[in-house]
Amino acid sequence: MAGIKQSELAQRADISPSYLNLIEHNRRRIGGKLLVDIAHALDVEPTSLTEGAETALLTNLREAATNTDLPEAELARVEEFAGRFPGWAALLAEYQRRVETLQQSVEALTDRLTHDPHLAASLHEMLSTVTAIRSASSILAEPGDIEPEWQRRFNRNIYEDSARLAETSRSLVRYLEEAESEAPTNSAPQDEMDRVFQKLGFHIPQLENPHASVDAVLGELSDGLSHAAQWLLLRALDRYREDALRMPLDLCARVVAKSGSDPLALADAAHADVASAMRRLAQLPTGILKQPVGLAICDGSGVTTFRKPLPEFPLPRLGAGCALWPLYKALARPMMIHAERVEQSTRASAHHLVIAIAQPSEAPKLGRDTLFESHMLIVPEAKHETSEPVMQVGLSCRICPQSECKARREPSILVAR
Amino acid sequence: MSKQVLLIEDEPNIIEAISFILSRDGWTVKTHSNGADAVDIVRERQPDVLILDVMLPGKSGYDILRELRGDPANSDLPVLMLTARGQSKDREIAERAGCDAFMTKPFSNADVLETVRTLASK
Repeated sequence: MAGIKQSELAQRADISPSYLNLIEHNRRRIGGKLLVDIAHALDVEPTSLTEGAETALLTNLREAATNTDLPEAELARVEEFAGRFPGWAALLAEYQRRVETLQQSVEALTDRLTHDPHLAASLHEMLSTVTAIRSASSILAEPGDIEPEWQRRFNRNIYEDSARLAETSRSLVRYLEEAESEAPTNSAPQDEMDRVFQKLGFHIPQLENPHASVDAVLGELSDGLSHAAQWLLLRALDRYREDALRMPLDLCARVVAKSGSDPLALADAAHADVASAMRRLAQLPTGILKQPVGLAICDGSGVTTFRKPLPEFPLPRLGAGCALWPLYKALARPMMIHAERVEQSTRASAHHLVIAIAQPSEAPKLGRDTLFESHMLIVPEAKHETSEPVMQVGLSCRICPQSECKARREPSILVAR
Repeated sequence: MSKQVLLIEDEPNIIEAISFILSRDGWTVKTHSNGADAVDIVRERQPDVLILDVMLPGKSGYDILRELRGDPANSDLPVLMLTARGQSKDREIAERAGCDAFMTKPFSNADVLETVRTLASK
């Protein structure tokens, strides 16, 4: 960094080279005066050396490196890169995000060609008609005499079939054009909905009014969204409104002032269930909570259906997260509240209290299987020396440096193979 | 007596064209358009060669072929399958179901004629 040898930098910052080495590899934390000293020696802003709000950026950069042969030495310098070239790093991260979105579109498109019943039926119809035309026309074109009666018959068949072919191909083009205009954003519906909530800051003032209409709000928010995204958004808005009715803002403010971001206290005060109290805490406007809280909801298959990431606790946009998260553990023991103090291994600087519960997602019915969904509230905690155990968890395996992990499902790009 | 071909296909104009070229070549051509009772028709007609479309109303050509192969009287009947989908996995399904020849639409008349002749002489 900055063209200075490690030993020289250590000397300038008045620490041993091996200690500096540990810091560089994130095995020792850095703070206070030492941070300022090193930043001064490197002639950079101290903030550019810290693992602050850049978590999401770094995550994206690591994702970008996932499928490349980038040497390990380069990978280890991802934070240095983000610190020194914040503009370029943000650009690369943005490109990575777009590549992911495009990959999803390609998958959806491939899927469509094989599984779209309308498309398959239209092509089948066209091929059948073409076959009939080809057979009949080659009979007519072949040398040799054909009785006039047969000639007339095949001529008529070709005429009929060509009219049919014209109609089928016209309707196929119409269908393809409609499908095209349906999803102008070209991204996954879940992504579209995520963006709506991100833009709103997860708080929807219009729905806090007890007489608010969900349809009116949907109309306001769904401009430019695909049908599938509108469907997802409607479900989320219905839920939001229900939660807001049960736990009005003034009640939430009172509970939070007394108990902080405690979903149990809110559930208790509002006679609500713990999962909806978690959702409500994640929806509160800035100002009520000291620090915003994060939320992940997944269904019984483990697929994330709602995500509110935090700067220091990112949630993967694609696929599932770390199998060690209480979010998934809760599915194995429904109705039990799991609470853990966790540290994401990629971001060793931040502690979070995560609280998870799996609840039935609908009212149980006699003799019927009940579907469960799991909620996990993520509450940032001030870092302090504690003797309580802190659980090491990851974000997703590919970018997790934890070398010995029972929950690993694919190799990491950060660990030597 | 001329040899008999049974054509099971639901597209009338394809039936007409194939019937014409095979009849002209000296075959007796019988046709049928429904999948549901196709197996019974095959047992009744006892053709020398069967041409079987995959997409039929009532029952798929694959299922019909599997039933025929399970029947000792028809386990050796030469079968040519026709499909509008030429993906390798369709060919695989057809071969596993026990077809002797496989042709994707749009096929040429000459190919159909030649394949039927080859199958009959086996």
